[in-house]
Amino acid sequence: MTRTTDIIRTAEAELCRPWLRHMLSAADWAAFAGAAATESWTLLAQWADTVQVHALFLNSDALSIVPVSTPVDSGRYPALSPYFAGAAWYERMIRDLWGHSAEGGTDGRPWLDHGTWPLARPLASRPEPRTIADPLQLGELDDPSEAMILPIGPIWDRLGEPAHLRLTLDGPAIRQAEALLGFAHKGTLTLMRGKSPRAAARFAARLSADATVAHSVAFAQATEAAMDVVAPPRAAALRIVMAEVERIAAHLDTLTEIGRLADAPALRTLCGVLRENVLRASDAAFGHRLMMDCVIPSGVAADIADGGPQLVLRALGSIASQLDALRRLHDGAALSARLARLGRAGGKLAASLAVGGVVGRASGRAFDARTVFSSGYGKLTPRLAVRTGGDAAARQHLRLFEVEESIRLVSAALDSLPEGPVSMTLPQVSGEGIGCAESVRGDIWHWLRLDHGQIAAVFPRDPGWALWPLAERVLENATADDAALIRASFALPASGMDL
Amino acid sequence: MMLRAPRSEPPAPLDPDTTQSLAARLEAAGQVRLGRSLAICHVNSGSCNGCELELRALDNALYDLERFGLRFVESPRHADVLLVTGPLTRNLRSALEQAWDATPDPKWVVAVGDCAVDGGVFKGSYAVLGGTGLSIPVDLTISGCPPAPARILAGLRSLLEANA
Repeated sequence: MTRTTDIIRTAEAELCRPWLRHMLSAADWAAFAGAAATESWTLLAQWADTVQVHALFLNSDALSIVPVSTPVDSGRYPALSPYFAGAAWYERMIRDLWGHSAEGGTDGRPWLDHGTWPLARPLASRPEPRTIADPLQLGELDDPSEAMILPIGPIWDRLGEPAHLRLTLDGPAIRQAEALLGFAHKGTLTLMRGKSPRAAARFAARLSADATVAHSVAFAQATEAAMDVVAPPRAAALRIVMAEVERIAAHLDTLTEIGRLADAPALRTLCGVLRENVLRASDAAFGHRLMMDCVIPSGVAADIADGGPQLVLRALGSIASQLDALRRLHDGAALSARLARLGRAGGKLAASLAVGGVVGRASGRAFDARTVFSSGYGKLTPRLAVRTGGDAAARQHLRLFEVEESIRLVSAALDSLPEGPVSMTLPQVSGEGIGCAESVRGDIWHWLRLDHGQIAAVFPRDPGWALWPLAERVLENATADDAALIRASFALPASGMDL
Repeated sequence: MMLRAPRSEPPAPLDPDTTQSLAARLEAAGQVRLGRSLAICHVNSGSCNGCELELRALDNALYDLERFGLRFVESPRHADVLLVTGPLTRNLRSALEQAWDATPDPKWVVAVGDCAVDGGVFKGSYAVLGGTGLSIPVDLTISGCPPAPARILAGLRSLLEANA
């Protein structure tokens, strides 16, 4: 028996459907984190409520999910960041929103709180009115006197999301990269609290628009798990159709963007038009181009329109017929030379930060939530492709592979669409649950606790929490001119993790 | 009799009214044909990325924004129009105001999407001020969550017509 299972076995547990959440004392929490790190477990998410701090672990060998919690004692709890580098940003977020300090943490600076809110610790049981505005704090430089600093953002990257990136340059080479996010912080968790899941779903759908379906599905599944109900089979199948259509559109968007930045106009034009066809088909079939608010707790908002399946399949067929052309454009001399070895992410680093999606799989981390945890995919058996190159070229090849695979999944799901209702009435019960979905950027996890049908506490984990720390390390070996292309190749989000 | 080479006759005096009306027509036509261009700088004031996805669609070959003389620029210093998306978060207020200050006059501000119009679903949050108009003067609003590209394009073209 391993050390981790030993600690869990003796701990008390609460039902957190579909798993058990283990309550650990402060000493056990730290011991558990140390053991988990030794046994190569992965930290998927860390968050809090007013009295406890929670962490979601993945046992990578057994592919099991283990939620654990520890009580907050006079505003403190033992930090996970000494064992898991990715925990540092969660701990900064927890301090900004709930006011709990991570004892022994590697980074105590604010993260989401830029000193502009009218109150501090907005999610604490008693938020404090803010008296002084704290200025933003960026990290120490290794050698400030020698450094040439290139600050970028928060307004940058044509039609992109707000983020600040500070690059310290040595000639054209980036020596240090530090990201600062939180600009798009909208107080989403406060807005979701106290609402019914049906009303709060609008906020889940607006965490990150190119993963609006994936976030909505994870939120809906968390709600359904907490209530111990299951969405009707037809709704589950339609969710898969929407999630895969969203994946195709988002991959095409990234390909378009890379075509623009890497001077590949033919790729840019082709992918832009193919994406537009998909969005128009989604509009006709589901009533919204991005399928926002189409997935709700209890099912889907409306059945697919008459003739909708044909429209979706026609749009996807036009992509399928162009896939060979897209591959040829990609493997052309100029573009493949531009992308090879660009923004290379090491496999060990990607695994330790729990990076999923195309970026994780291009660096050898064979993890896809669809193959293990997402309900409904069982019969369709999504195929998983993994590369070990870790560079922008590997990510591009996986994107093209996933577009093809998603087309197959949509066709299969539409072929065997079960008959029946697409939603149901939700009971007014209390409970706790976790939901999961594989978005275009990787796995999304939603946790929530219901109190008589109202949301008492909720936390959504966007893939950005894993992608950004990885991007920082990858940028540190790159040249400044490549920063924009590397960012596009990672498809770095902001809003979803700014909450 | 000697044949003399034909000579052009001295011109008659110009009709001043015709000259003036022609000059005015030329200027107007020039304004319409040559002066129809607006440089747009996009400012994200806290959006969920939905409006950006639809704005990016304006770039594709089907909408092809540039054929109307509309183009996106990277810096507010090069812009005629600030196109703002997202509810105005407190964390981005000063960035938006700095972008507005950096935009040369004459300038226009377009608020795109329900959030930029009045805060949208995020109204009332401690972290959100509301619409773009709470911080800088707005000339045109385009509602929708997110507005479809055709709708954004129609709004931008009407701005173009109004300023031609």
